[in-house]
Amino acid sequence: MSQPDAAAAARDILATAQRLRAELQGDLHEQLVEALYADAARLAARAIKPMGGRARPTLDRAIDRVVTSRLWGFPLMFALFAVMFWITISGANVPSAWLSALLLDKVYPWLREGATALGLPVWLRGLTVDGMYLATAWVVSVMLPPMAIFFPLFTLLEDFGYLPRVAFNLDRLFQKAGAHGKQSMSLMMGFGCNAAGVVAARIIDSPRERLLAILTNNFALCNGRWPLQFLIATLFVGALVPTRLASLAAAGAVTGVAVLGVLLTFAVSWALSRTVLRGEASAFSLELPPYRPPRLLHTLYRSLLDRTIFVLWRAVVFALPAGALIWLSANVHWGGASLAEHLVHWLDPLGGWLGLNGVILLAYVVAIPANELVIPTVLMLTVLAGGTPEVGRGAGVLFELEDLGALKALLLQAGWTPLTALNLMLFSLLHNPCSTTLYTIYKETGSARWTIVAALLPLALGLVTCLLVTLLWRGLS
Amino acid sequence: MNHPPVWTTPPPAGGTACDACPAGRSAALQRLGLRVGQADHVVALAGNPNTGKSTVFNALTGLRQHTGNWPGKTVTRAEGAFAYGGRRYKLVDLPGTYSLLSTSMDEQIARDFILFGRPDVTIIVADATRLERNLNLVLQVLEITDRAVVCVNLVDEARRHGWEVDDRQLARDLGVPVVLTSARYGRGLPELLQAVHEVATGQWQARPYRLAAEPPAVREPVRLLVQKLEAAFPGLPNARWVALRLLGGDPSIIEAVRRGDLGRPAAPDGTSQPSPASAHQQPLPAS
Repeated sequence: MSQPDAAAAARDILATAQRLRAELQGDLHEQLVEALYADAARLAARAIKPMGGRARPTLDRAIDRVVTSRLWGFPLMFALFAVMFWITISGANVPSAWLSALLLDKVYPWLREGATALGLPVWLRGLTVDGMYLATAWVVSVMLPPMAIFFPLFTLLEDFGYLPRVAFNLDRLFQKAGAHGKQSMSLMMGFGCNAAGVVAARIIDSPRERLLAILTNNFALCNGRWPLQFLIATLFVGALVPTRLASLAAAGAVTGVAVLGVLLTFAVSWALSRTVLRGEASAFSLELPPYRPPRLLHTLYRSLLDRTIFVLWRAVVFALPAGALIWLSANVHWGGASLAEHLVHWLDPLGGWLGLNGVILLAYVVAIPANELVIPTVLMLTVLAGGTPEVGRGAGVLFELEDLGALKALLLQAGWTPLTALNLMLFSLLHNPCSTTLYTIYKETGSARWTIVAALLPLALGLVTCLLVTLLWRGLS
Repeated sequence: MNHPPVWTTPPPAGGTACDACPAGRSAALQRLGLRVGQADHVVALAGNPNTGKSTVFNALTGLRQHTGNWPGKTVTRAEGAFAYGGRRYKLVDLPGTYSLLSTSMDEQIARDFILFGRPDVTIIVADATRLERNLNLVLQVLEITDRAVVCVNLVDEARRHGWEVDDRQLARDLGVPVVLTSARYGRGLPELLQAVHEVATGQWQARPYRLAAEPPAVREPVRLLVQKLEAAFPGLPNARWVALRLLGGDPSIIEAVRRGDLGRPAAPDGTSQPSPASAHQQPLPAS
């Protein structure tokens, strides 16, 4: 059939269909769906044979009645997450110390000596060993232990079937915020990876509600940001209370930040759905899957490979060039100071205003490709350019940071206060999404305008929040 | 569309006893992971959310798509490959959906692939503990294609709840093979592979299922439209389904008719993706 003939035939078919549709009585779509349901019910009834056991286990219902109850649902949820964070924080310290003893105290001097013995030029040794290796070693020793504990725990909870119950609890609040209840699902996904959470928003039919879910997904703390929360909470929040309660207080702080993220999701959805994205929330049905006993070994294996190693690998891949870049910036001198010092000093006033510092702000610029980079960048920049004369000054080298205590001493020396730590935790929650997520948002929305909104909205919220906290803190003390 | 000739003779002579029995064939399963290459057959994996589709996918391809106990986990297509019975299969994991009738993106991706991608076999994974609701989707897929295998998964869970699914009764009613599986524990997978193999090679002759409770008023309009569709798009395998969608005013099908996509033959490896909704989606990292 030639091209014009085909087009004519298609037009004829469509015209006929439209005419016939107009002649039909009632809503055909509805009638067909009813026919479908009737057939499905009949076939299912014929195919299902009772075995004479109990009709349905009541354990699932009993658990559901508690975990989704109006009274106990939320407190249980917070408690469960707090316990998970507590196990992570109190369990991560020991392996973290081992790893840094190995990678920083043993391997690092050995590599330096090896490089010297090989006769490598000083600049090359600095770039590779002091820059790339050290940044990577930091990433591994600080991030691996908490992730190796947290991700399996989270996956166990997921495989057990608890996440849909969380979604059920949150659903009512999403409806009140003018958003779709399914947004709770993309939110849950965002706790793993925001890029995946943005894609998960596809389950929402209405474009308005889907956009709400995409724009607010960044308020779910992602894989790349959990380690920073754990580290800073352990170092600074844990130290505010007696040692016995340190892990508990740190876990409470991390829970607080995560909950704040969820609250902001509601607040921002509510605000957007009453201004630029006005509209009614649509109803939907949420399926609560049966609880399934997780397969322990399988879950451990999967979460270690899919999440822990995945996130770690991403961090290492980005840390290698970033380490080189940071080392260069700290060793290229110009006008009596290194490039990094210039940048940090230039950003310091703004950082001070926000209750942060220039190093942190610069780290967030470096970390645009991946949030995982913030920790190593902050540490490297603090040592190399942060004006800590005793530690590794001159050669741009980091010595003897065998445990978290030394790490904290280093940060305190660089002028960190509990306010800096608090604001860093808040800023980690509230800043622009990583470039992968932004690219995904662009692909999903097809709009540069909404992508820019998605980047600037959380950043603006973060700056305002840090500023307010700083003003409040300084006013009180 | 090139259906292989329907072939209903017993398995070829000359093979060993192991070749004939399903358990022996499963030893012949080769998980090819991402090495899709030149596949002989394209197999789509459809089903309601949280029925264990990704588990079946992983078990057959040896890939490790993240699985999780909650609906809506897979929203993109994932692809993998396996070889069985001397043939190479490409397996496409579609997003889990409750129906193919609404307009959300995940349902469109699933529907467009079954409709335009023209898989040689569509495996529909159904949850044995929620059979009635899962059959809604099964019936909708069967309206589009009869080259399907129904995989009733989670039968271990159904047994714990005190019931069993009669696979023979269901297969008789639906006209396509029905296999009971418990994919988490690898049970029933050899039988599933055998059924897929039979449908792909044309050894199974399907009897297309027709809705019993269809409103009588649509019969004449459907007949008229099917006539016109078959004249304009020769070889269209599911003219009836397209006619029903046109009568229902489905915008994406109207658009497909206007573009002329319906008549386009599928590429031999089944990769033709004419609709923008199913344009190549790279699966994102699972975490």
